[in-house]
Formats: sequence, structure tokens, C-alpha cells
Amino acid sequence: MPIARGLRGIGARVVNGVWRIGFGARFFMMTLFYSGMSFRRFRLTVRELFFTGVMSLIIILVAGLFVGIVLGMQGYETLKRYGSESALGTLVALSLVRELGPVLAALLFASRAGSAMTAEIGLMKATEQISAMEMMAVNPIARVVAPRFWAGVISMPLLAAMFSAMGVFGGYMVGVVMIGVDEGSFWSQMQSAVDFQHDILNGVIKSLVFGVAVTVISLFEGYDAPPTAEGVSGATTRTVVQSSLAILLLDVILTAFMFRGD
Amino acid sequence: MLSEALVEIRDVNFAYDSRPILKGINMSFPKGRLIAIMGLSGCGKTTLLRHIGGVLKPTKGYVKVDGQVIHELDQDGLYRMRRKMGMLFQFGALFTDMTVFDNVAFQMREHTDLPEEIIRDLVMMKLHAVGLYGTQNLMPAELSGGMARRVALARTIALDPMLIMYDEPFAGLDPISLTVVGQLIRRLNDALGATSIVVTHDVQESLKIVDYIYFVSDGAIIAEGTADDIRASGEAFVHQFVYGEMDGPIPFHYPAGDFNLDLGVKDQRGAA
Ligand SMILES: Nc1ncnc2c1ncn2[C@@H]1O[C@H](COP(=O)(O)OP(=O)(O)OP(=O)(O)O)[C@@H](O)[C@H]1O
Ligand SMILES: [Mg+2]
Repeated sequence: MPIARGLRGIGARVVNGVWRIGFGARFFMMTLFYSGMSFRRFRLTVRELFFTGVMSLIIILVAGLFVGIVLGMQGYETLKRYGSESALGTLVALSLVRELGPVLAALLFASRAGSAMTAEIGLMKATEQISAMEMMAVNPIARVVAPRFWAGVISMPLLAAMFSAMGVFGGYMVGVVMIGVDEGSFWSQMQSAVDFQHDILNGVIKSLVFGVAVTVISLFEGYDAPPTAEGVSGATTRTVVQSSLAILLLDVILTAFMFRGD
Repeated sequence: MLSEALVEIRDVNFAYDSRPILKGINMSFPKGRLIAIMGLSGCGKTTLLRHIGGVLKPTKGYVKVDGQVIHELDQDGLYRMRRKMGMLFQFGALFTDMTVFDNVAFQMREHTDLPEEIIRDLVMMKLHAVGLYGTQNLMPAELSGGMARRVALARTIALDPMLIMYDEPFAGLDPISLTVVGQLIRRLNDALGATSIVVTHDVQESLKIVDYIYFVSDGAIIAEGTADDIRASGEAFVHQFVYGEMDGPIPFHYPAGDFNLDLGVKDQRGAA
């Protein structure tokens, strides 16, 4: 009965998926519950901040610059048709702060730092380092997972802010320095159009949410990976795919709530 | 055996999925003794150690350590118990993102408030004991397999545990380190007043140092006794194991069909 088998296959996948969501949620709760050590011994978190945040900095800055340059060129093209080139600064800044900064920085973060976290924890598990830690009466969630989680959550908004700042700089380079948009109106229109609470704060909230989603997915995939080479490589792939989808889906939801036509 | 057992294993059964691995194991490890568990590869020795450490739960029976049934402890109780245990993992399981020094210092930093100078002295003492003083700044990736195992040994005994479990401490060691590690295990046991369990294939080395030996085959105990009992034993499998003979009651092969059938050398009726 091929139909019955097909149905059973789909059913098994759905059940499996629901189980994993449950395990993931429980893992997230445990991480929060055992977070005390990440702050009491903040050095542990600082170390991870270096590996996740600082090491992602270069790629974030370069990508931000490129995106800003493209925004500057495309934005100028479009705005010129309506004779409002002076609004270029507003366009560049709003697109970056509200949308592109948080989303693109999170996507880059997932593929740079998220995949590395998954592979690292997966390998620690495969080489019995996690078991050894448990045998030494040290909780690996508190010692290994939670500091990485907080490092990711702290660095994500900072990286998104860097991305946006670099993007604005790129837009400025193209618009003002190369094309010759009026410098005064570029900055002043930007300043009056970008609202702190409505635009910047909402952007920060977005990137915080993305940071939580990406690090939880990365850490869970690593912790849950089968302790073999294929297991770890599969988990790394899943981290990038699932984080990217999660970021885009969460972005739709958050944007719908934050910018309801006002 | 003696009444005051630190570890008691009573009728422990365990299965991975539905494949039985341990089938009614009974052992007892008196305080202060050094005991070996021997058996062929895959017979369930590591699995047994995992039960003592509380990583796996028996499907039947229990493991008691220091008077407490391990699988009935909650997480705090289990962690408190594990602080008194040391386990040397079969493949070392050193933390690859830390130096040798930090590996050995790991438990001291996690579980004690000792000042760094004292930790430094303790770590150097432990490294010296395993003959690796001077390697403290290397990363685990820069060590050879045998060196990594000795560092792991130093890490295992960092907090002077009352129960030390060694999973294959002799694998991959040269003859000199082998003797050194063997003597070290004996000396640690006596100096700390600890109880030690050594899982090993190395019959000759362990006969020199241990007090008592269990032979496990296919998930059950098939022989036990002191080193002298074992040497003198007339039982065929013990003799086969101790002298490493090919022919004897212990099968070398994983239980499966006839390999000759697979090769097509024989036909189904068994004629060559
Ligand atoms: N995670 C697991 N899932 C399923 N089966 C397992 C698992 N770990 C071990 N086994 C099986 O359990 C049996 C006993 O394994 P164990 O590691 O205890 O052997 P061992 O006696 O330590 O062997 P060795 O001397 O080679 O280390 C083996 O047959 C193995 O196939
Ligand atoms: Mg083993």
C-alpha cells in the first residue's frame, strides 16, 4: 500500500517535528534556568562574546558597506525620477535601521557564528567532552551552552547596529561623495525622519529576537546532533537553513506588529 | 567478599533498544581495593562503567555507590556523588579548547575556591605524577595519543576522588609508560585510600597490580578471582584469555552467520 506508507511517512515526520520543537523549547528553558553562571563568572561569557561577536565583526562591516553602497545607487536612481534626491539619506537610513540591518546581520551571524557553534558543540559531544563534563559533576548546559547563548544575544543587536552604521556610511559615500547629493540635506533629512522609538528601538528589538532564535537553534542542533561526523555536518546545515527561515518568518510577524500603517 | 563494599552491583540488566548488553551482573568492590574488569571488545565493559557513573539506568537491578542507589538519585544528588568519582574515558575526552594546564585545573576551578597559586602547584604535581611536567602549555591537539591519555589521567585524579574508574588506561602506551601508569594506578589507590576499577584488555599488566579480577563475556560474569587464582585457573576461557590463544571457548567473531556462506565458498547445504 504505497498510499498508506506515504501517509505514515508524513505522519512520522510531523510527529518527529513536534517532538523536536518540544525538546528545543525544553532546552531553551533549561538554558535560561542555568544562566546564573554566565553572569556570576562573566569571563566565560566574555570569551564567547569574542568568538561569536568580535570574530563576526569583519564580515558584518564589509557586508554592511556593500549593502549601503547598493542602496545609495538604487535609491538615487529611483528618487531622482521624483526629484527628491535629497531624501536619499532618509531612504538609506530607514531601510537599514528598520529592516536590512537586523535581518541581514542576523543571516550573516547564523552562517558565520551559528554554524560554528553547532559544529563546536556537536564535536564536543562526539568526542565525549560533554559526557566527561557531566561525569565531573559540571552541568554542560550551565558551563558550555548558556555562556554561548548570552554571548549571541548580546552581540546580535550590536552587530546589527554596526551593520546599519556601515550601510549609512556606504550610502553617504555613493550619494554625497560620488554622485553629489547635497550633504546638508542628506544628514538633516535623515535626522528628522528617523524616530528613536519607532525606528531604532524597534530595530533593536528585532535583532534581539533574531539573536535569541539563531543562538537557540544553533546550540540545540549542536547539542542534539548524533555523535558522528555525518551527524555534526547535518546539524550544521540544519542550523543555517532553520535559522534563516526563522529570521525571515519572525521578521514578517514583528514587522506586522511594529509598523501597522502608522 | 568483604562486607564494606563501596560499589555494589546487583543483578544489573541493560539493553540498547532491544539488544541485551548486560545480563544479570553481580559485582562488589570493597573499599580500598583495585579491581579489574576484563573481557573482549564489545562485551559491555564501558556500558557497565556508565551505570556506575549514573549515565545509564539499568532496566533491572541496581548499582549502589557509598550506600546510595545511583539511579534513584536526583540531579543534585547525582552531581554530589560524581564529585567523589573520577572517570578516565576510553578516548581521553580532553577539552580541546583548553590547554593541558586548564584541563587538569578544570575541576579545581569548578568545584573549589582554591587560589590560583595553589591550583598551579596542584596541577604541576599531577602532571609530574603522570610524567608530563612541562607540557602544561600545549593544546590537546599537540599531544600524542598516549600523552593525551596520561593528561586525562591527571585530570581524573585532580580532586583525589574516592572512586576512580579507568576505561582502558593502558591502550596506546609504550612499554615504559605502561608500567609507569600501572604503578601509578596502584600507588594512587593506596595513597588516596581510594577504590579503583580498571577496565582493560591488558591481562599481563593488570595481573601485576590488581587485587581482584572479573571476567565478563557477552554481558555476564564468567570467571572471577584474585590474580593468583586467575593465573592458576584451569578454566578453559580464562586460560585462553590470559595467554591470548586463538582457539578456545571464547569466540573472536561477532555473532552472525557463516562467513564462508557469504563468500560463496560453501553452498547452502554446507558442503565446501
Ligand atoms: N549508544 C549505543 N547505542 C547502541 N548500542 C551501543 C551503544 N553503545 C554501545 N553499544 C553496544 O553495546 C555493546 C557494548 O559496548 P561497550 O562500549 O560497553 O563495549 P566495551 O566492552 O567497552 O568494548 P571495548 O573493549 O571495545 O571498549 C557493543 O556491542 C555496542 O555495539
Ligand atoms: Mg569500552
